[in-house]
Amino acid sequence: MAAKLRPWSVLFWLAAWQGGSMALAAAYPHGGLLLASPVRAALRLLALLPSSAFWRAVGNSSARIFGGFLLSCALALLLAALAAGRSWLRDLLAPPVAVVKAVPVASFIILALVWLDARSLSLFISALMVFPPVYLNVLEGLRQTDSKLLELAQVYRIPLRRRLWGIYLPQVLPYFRSAASLALGLCWKAGAAAEVIGLPAGTIGERLYTAKVYLQTPDLFAWTAVILALAAVFERLFLAAVDALARKAVR
Amino acid sequence: MEIRVEGLRKTYNGRPVLTNLSAVFREGITCIAAPSGTGKTTLLRLLLGLEQPEGGTIRGTDCRWAAVFQEDRLLEDLPAAGNLRFALGEVPGEAGELLARLGLDLSDPKPVREWSGGMKRRLALVRALLVPSDALALDEPFTGLDEENRARCLELIRERGRGKPVLLATHDLTGLEDAPVVRLEDR
Repeated sequence: MAAKLRPWSVLFWLAAWQGGSMALAAAYPHGGLLLASPVRAALRLLALLPSSAFWRAVGNSSARIFGGFLLSCALALLLAALAAGRSWLRDLLAPPVAVVKAVPVASFIILALVWLDARSLSLFISALMVFPPVYLNVLEGLRQTDSKLLELAQVYRIPLRRRLWGIYLPQVLPYFRSAASLALGLCWKAGAAAEVIGLPAGTIGERLYTAKVYLQTPDLFAWTAVILALAAVFERLFLAAVDALARKAVR
Repeated sequence: MEIRVEGLRKTYNGRPVLTNLSAVFREGITCIAAPSGTGKTTLLRLLLGLEQPEGGTIRGTDCRWAAVFQEDRLLEDLPAAGNLRFALGEVPGEAGELLARLGLDLSDPKPVREWSGGMKRRLALVRALLVPSDALALDEPFTGLDEENRARCLELIRERGRGKPVLLATHDLTGLEDAPVVRLEDR
């Protein structure tokens, strides 16, 4: 069972981080460069916030990474809907899905750099990481759909639109929700990694790389915090939209 | 309108369930009487087109059916009104009265998962009686009902089933003595 994120435990680890940073700074002449303190990282983040370049990087990365997520979700939903009733399509899709699940994301990033320009890289990688969990979960949800209710709908000649709202959506949405929650975390991690390797201009990944090259560890932590915050915000907003749809389906 | 089956055969896992069954179902109630597990549900499923026979012919079933299945088959997260809206597209004006006659309340906001088995059964029956249909297939529609509710349901079936074949699978013929009976063999 996963443990809850308690405020006291978060504070403990922040204090440990602060202590470690101070100890390194005291032990070595440039020890503060190795591990910036949380206070310095927070101050750096506050300094970044008013700049237009910060928001441009956030916008560029969000559009590509979340765009990849949305595109992949749409494709995964479509293919899962088609594959649910067609075993040959499930068999056809099984090998590429297994490969995407198993192969390290760095291999795909480097391979994709050969095919794509750096600007499209994070969109592609984000979409690639999102597809397997969403496709597999939605497929499972569709396959668990109550066949007795489908028979009822057949006998009563209930139109497809009502079947979707009454039978399929309530069945599939919980599966989609848990997959989307997992995939949103994955796509930000993989998308940011793709940007760090591909270095598209004006993105969070580029800023992370610059921070690494110039040993700007406060920037590194500040941008990492930005990625975490963006992942959390997008996850909350998207799941709230899914929950609203679920409430509409169950009326 | 009549529904006719001739020489109907169906097996499950090599076990014969229906063997050379011939019957005619005319307007009004026809009882399909047999002990449990002797093919009542199978016969109704064949007539509804949910399964195919292994032999014999079925005529007159290409029409609008409404059915009460062996299970209630309700959308458990929805209240009564939501279930009727799902089946019918809207809640007909007469729904409230029909439900009330069976002791149910259309305005009850509770999802049917919180209802008793008998209440769900009555709702499943009302749903079948409200759906525009040319024939009714009712598989043990009185399961879980006391005598009073059974009598009310039967009265409603007679009223709403007038002018169409009503195939009523049951093991208890109480109150149905006037209806023709198709008896399935006990194997």
